[in-house]
Amino acid sequence: MRIVIIDDSGLRATVLEEGLRDAGYDDIHIVPPRGAFVARLERMAPDVVLMDLGSPSRDTLEEMLTVSRALARPIAMFVDQSDEAMIGAAIDAGVSAYVVDGLRKERVKPVLELAVRRFNAFSRMQTELEEARTALADRKVIDRAKSILMNQRALSEQDAYALLRSTAMNQGKKIADVAQALITASDLLGGI
Amino acid sequence: MTTNLRIAFLPLNDVAVLAAARERGFAEEEGLSLDLVRTTSWATLRDRLVYGQVQAAHMLAPLAVAVTLGLSQQPAALAAPFKLGVNGNMLVMAKDFAAALAPDPAARLADPLGTAHDFAAAIGLWRRKPIIGVVHRFSSHALMLRYWLASAGIDPDRDVVLRVLPPSLTVEAIHAGEIDGFIAGEPWGSAAIDSGRAEAVAIGTRIWQRGVEKVLAFRETWLEENPETTDRLLRALARAAVWCDEPGNREALADILADARYVGQPSDLILRALTGTIVPRAGDVAVSSPDFVLFSREATSFPWRSQALWIYSQLVRWNMVEPSAQTEAKAAAVFRPDIYRRALAGSDQPMPGASMKLEGAVETPLGVGSRKGDLMLGPDRFFDGRIFDPERIEDYLAGFVR
Repeated sequence: MRIVIIDDSGLRATVLEEGLRDAGYDDIHIVPPRGAFVARLERMAPDVVLMDLGSPSRDTLEEMLTVSRALARPIAMFVDQSDEAMIGAAIDAGVSAYVVDGLRKERVKPVLELAVRRFNAFSRMQTELEEARTALADRKVIDRAKSILMNQRALSEQDAYALLRSTAMNQGKKIADVAQALITASDLLGGI
Repeated sequence: MTTNLRIAFLPLNDVAVLAAARERGFAEEEGLSLDLVRTTSWATLRDRLVYGQVQAAHMLAPLAVAVTLGLSQQPAALAAPFKLGVNGNMLVMAKDFAAALAPDPAARLADPLGTAHDFAAAIGLWRRKPIIGVVHRFSSHALMLRYWLASAGIDPDRDVVLRVLPPSLTVEAIHAGEIDGFIAGEPWGSAAIDSGRAEAVAIGTRIWQRGVEKVLAFRETWLEENPETTDRLLRALARAAVWCDEPGNREALADILADARYVGQPSDLILRALTGTIVPRAGDVAVSSPDFVLFSREATSFPWRSQALWIYSQLVRWNMVEPSAQTEAKAAAVFRPDIYRRALAGSDQPMPGASMKLEGAVETPLGVGSRKGDLMLGPDRFFDGRIFDPERIEDYLAGFVR
């Protein structure tokens, strides 16, 4: 089974490809949706085409699937219409899958399920990365605010943190936001 | 109690009515909170609607018909009880290609028939079969372009290459030389012109003065199951559409649309098409096209069944669907004037007495029979003077060479 992944994002395509290889699929190609990608796709004669549901290039792909005389067999999306749960999961995960006519659904389903799992895993990774970045940035801000309090008010590190925390709780704000406000005020008032 | 609705759209000027409904409080007044989901391809918009991720969509009218007829991936019965506007698109070609057309772009725009013939001659002089970007095969843009090219004997499937790409990628593609021109909804044509790479060659409103464009599409089952919410939404949109057509509101509208959540292009660029001021070539004087886009006046939002049938007739013309009485009826049924009437019965929207009309028969503004209010229809001519009678589609099609 030849699987083509149409994707720009290096990391997401890699995550998907790795998952497919681990599962035993070995005829996998990644094609970025740029330039003459449609012609490349035709030459590859794929059995399954996986693509990010949100990609602006899906219209171009679908037009090609409609008019291409180079493809031996027609390719359509989500061929097994009866499996609504699968389709729903795919849409939610952001996967669109185009499958060649005649490919049995038992062969397609595992590929699609895997793609959904991998796309979801990738989304989670991105969210975690974003959260980690934010946490790191927050950490730096809180550290700096603690320094200011320790210097200006001769507090221990623990007490400085406790003060930030109780202020945040009283004001209904995040500790990082209170810390940032302190830093801004301190800068305006002439620095530490 | 607030009802939340998710509605998918593409970044185009004619998301105006939806954007205004949300940003100017019209939806809120009806107890609706609109979640407008920005989407970058028509395929994804279609999928989100068909598979229920959104309850409604800002959709190309021909796509709504095509999906219902099973021509676009998964068949699904869609229903369009409201039009989000008419006109608003433009054909632009790369400067080098346009050099073979009439030197004055304003003159080109004023004479679509002459320009079509010049275009035919220009094809022969061009280094390859011209590649023209269209946003989708099932779009008014593609149908109008085909209609226009064919008037000069050009075969749109053999003499040119129609390449599908979404509106937001058109300017990039013309810069990269991947396409020689494109027809798309504003502000993309103007953006390409401003960049100095392209010139205006034809405006949709000069091909068909009242060209059906986008509709508010729903899954038919959802529409039938949620009449009260539907009516509230239509009422909110009808008021938003009136607001959009008020000349005094255009700047505010352009500012709303300029936001990255909507179109994400400069507001003065967007304002041009809203006011019907088109700069046909970078540095040139603007051309005035007062009916460049309409949102509300002349009962623009009324889903005339005859317009769904015009779309059907063109799909048949280009061999995209096999004609049959059944298919014809199915296509006509996509447009739902009955729901429009039900939702807006209590409002002061002028309400046409009929649900079908001849398309292209009005030369000068015409008062027409309406259930209430004055209803003036503006001129809706096709540039070649043809009149479409929705009850005589076969005869109409027989009149075309192709």
